[in-house]
Order: sequence, then C-alpha cells, then structure tokens
Amino acid sequence: MRGFLPDHQLRQAASLADALELLAREPGVWTPLAGGTDLMVLFNAGRLKATHLLDISALADLRGIQEQPEGLSLGALTTYTELRETPAVHRHFPNLVKSARATGALAIQNRGTLGGNIANASPAADTPPSLLAYGAELELASCRGLRRVAYDAFHLGYKQLDLAQDELLVRIRVPRPSGRTFHFFRKVGTRQAQAIAKVCVAAFGRIEAGVLAEFRVGLGAVAPQPVRARRVEQVLLGARLGALPIAEAREALAADMSPIDDIRASAHYRSVVAANVLGQMLLELNKMHE
Amino acid sequence: MPESIQLTLTVNGRERTVLAHPLARLLDVIREQLELAGTKEGCGEGECGACAVLLDGRVVNSCLVPASQAQGADLVTVEGLARPGALSPVQAAFLEHNAAQCGFCTPGMLVSATDLLNRCPNPRDGEVRAGLAGNLCRCTGYVKIVDAVLSAAAAVEAGQ
Repeated sequence: MRGFLPDHQLRQAASLADALELLAREPGVWTPLAGGTDLMVLFNAGRLKATHLLDISALADLRGIQEQPEGLSLGALTTYTELRETPAVHRHFPNLVKSARATGALAIQNRGTLGGNIANASPAADTPPSLLAYGAELELASCRGLRRVAYDAFHLGYKQLDLAQDELLVRIRVPRPSGRTFHFFRKVGTRQAQAIAKVCVAAFGRIEAGVLAEFRVGLGAVAPQPVRARRVEQVLLGARLGALPIAEAREALAADMSPIDDIRASAHYRSVVAANVLGQMLLELNKMHE
Repeated sequence: MPESIQLTLTVNGRERTVLAHPLARLLDVIREQLELAGTKEGCGEGECGACAVLLDGRVVNSCLVPASQAQGADLVTVEGLARPGALSPVQAAFLEHNAAQCGFCTPGMLVSATDLLNRCPNPRDGEVRAGLAGNLCRCTGYVKIVDAVLSAAAAVEAGQ
C-alpha cells in the first residue's frame, strides 16, 4: 500500500550552502531527493523509510556537463537523457551513453540522475560499471569542504557508501581517454527496456604498441555492490592483442564475483553469463590487433 | 491538508492553481485535484507508462513526480493532445488502426507517441518501438500501435 503523505515532509533546498548546512545540523535526518525515480517507487509501495526528504533538484551547482582539459565534470543532477544527448559524452565515453540508454526507458531517463544512480547504491544499477571502467572520481561536498574519492573505493558493501551523513555527492569526474582505446558495455536483462540487470559488464582499455597498457572492468549485479574485476584486469594488463589469455581471464573472473540467487537470476546463471560476456568482449578486443 | 503548498502550473495550455502536499504524486494531483481522469495508474512504479504525461515538453511517469517539482511547469496530459474539434494525428491514427484493445495503456501510448513524433517526425519501425519501450500493453497489441504511429507520422508529413 502507498505511503501516508502526512508521515513525510519534502523540503526544497534553496542553495547548495543551505542543503549542506541542513545536512550538518541534523545529521542522518534528511534524505536527498532529485529525480525521484527510486525514492518515489518506494513511497508508492509504502516502503519509503525516510520521513524527511530534501529536494536538491533545483541546485544549479549540481547541474551541467562541463568539458575540461582533463576530462568531463558531470553534475550529480545530470539526467540519463542529458548523457544521451551530449556530444562530448558520445565522443569520449560511449559506455556512459549505453548505460544511460539501458536504464529504464525514456520517461525514467528524462528524470533519473547520475548522482541518484550512484547514491541509491543498487548493485544492479547500469551506470556504475561504466564509471568504474572509466576510473571516475566523485566530489563530495559538506560544510567542512570538498572531498574527492575514487569511485572504485566508494561502495563499501551492500548499500554502504563512503559518504558521511553531512556530505552530498555534487559532481562526478571522468578522465578523458587518450590514444587508441577500447570501450565495451553489455547489460543482460529480461528485455532491452525497463529491465533490471541480471549481469552487467563494462570495460575500458588503452592500447599501446599492441599491448593493453590500461584496462579496467566494472561489473554490475554480480556482487553486493558494483565492483571492479581486479583479478581479470591483472591477468590482462600488459597482454598482447591477438593473443589475449581468454581462458585464464574467464577463470579469474570467478574470484571477482559473489553472485546471489534472486528473482531475476540464479547465481549460477550470473556466473556463466558474466564469463560468456567477458569472453565475447575479449574476442572483440583481440580483433583490434591488426 | 497539513503542509500543503500552493501549486501553480500550466495544464493543457491553461494556468491552474491547486493545493497539494509537496510529495503528493503528480498523478494524483492530475486525477483528483485537476479532475483529468484520462491519465491512468498502472503499476505505480515507473514500469508501465500508463501515467505518462509531458512535463516541460519531456515525457515523464507522473506516478514518480513529486507535486512540488511540477511547480511552474508546463503540463500536457492526454486531454491536451486534441486540437479544438479535431483529434491529433496520433489519436486519429489510433482510432483508424484499432490500436486500442482494453484501452488502459492508450493514454500513455498516445502521450509517448506524441513525444516521439515531436522529436523524430519520420521514425522507422525500430525508432517507434524504442520510443514506446516504456509503455506496456498487457493486451500485447503492439503491432497495431506501431502501425498507427507510423501512419500518423506519414499523415503529418503529407500535411493532413
């Protein structure tokens, strides 16, 4: 049954300073709300625990995609539609466009935000694997100042974040790839739109003199939080294209995952499919050796 | 109503003011306060698209929009698609192609199809399917719906 409106209050943050001051003064009381595509679902189901909601959707500091020499700075309020419609994202970060396209459908993409996708902390969210692959960094603001944290150190466990009660995620930075690059994104769900991932794999590689000089793989829906496939990366870093150790990489993947059985897929299915997707990706990568 | 706010927005071209709790679902404001019952509630979790409306020109699921975020917005519901005395091209094409079965998804389909043709006046079959991917028809009458949208696009192009 739907939540009871009088149990909840929604307050508009007038400015970033106002929002941070409130989060510091009443720690743990306020839950930020942006596009509402996760929190309103909980409210409609009568499962929204947060009674005090802070509407941050009008904060200009959290908006906009800025192109900088070292990469892109994406405001936490960047919607999936903005990711899809921004040429600089297409040019340098195609996996982010694919992640945005894979999230819900248009009506969700018009409202849902990148910051919300991160802070909602679903292990099956579609942008985290791409952000992990691109080596993203988060900017967290509080009255105490600005803190930067590597995105691959931000998720500490199931729905647990390296985010203090007085901190707000304000921007996401992704370093601009250079040289010869490889981008891969594959989400496996029940259908192409409106599905929650059973398995999600994103990767970014930089190729130098025929070998993988840089390589990161992000995984979704196969662990309590979005994770990097660090053992797979170790196996492949420095490997020569055309002769990638695919079998060894597939074997290493098992230690990077801890999939569970749930209504969407069994742990066995997730393990097999993740390894198959990795294998398919490496076959594609191998073809870049000419 | 405790904590209610005065909400002023443009609804189908006309300015309206209602009182609403800031967290009230835009869907409920539309159906109960604005008394426009064309917009339907299907799943209430952003999956089915029966509650789709255009908010500042973008299609959204009104069941997931807190009322306060519609403050000052330009809202178009299914009731706002027809021109005075004439169905919109998408509505006329749905009628002609029998694209409604039980009809429950139809308001959302019409809104999403209108949004699609605003952005993409000459869509291909795949673009129509992508544009309507967030609208579920449990009668599964998708073929006639897609045909109707393609024919509406052709009719607009032909200047009808």
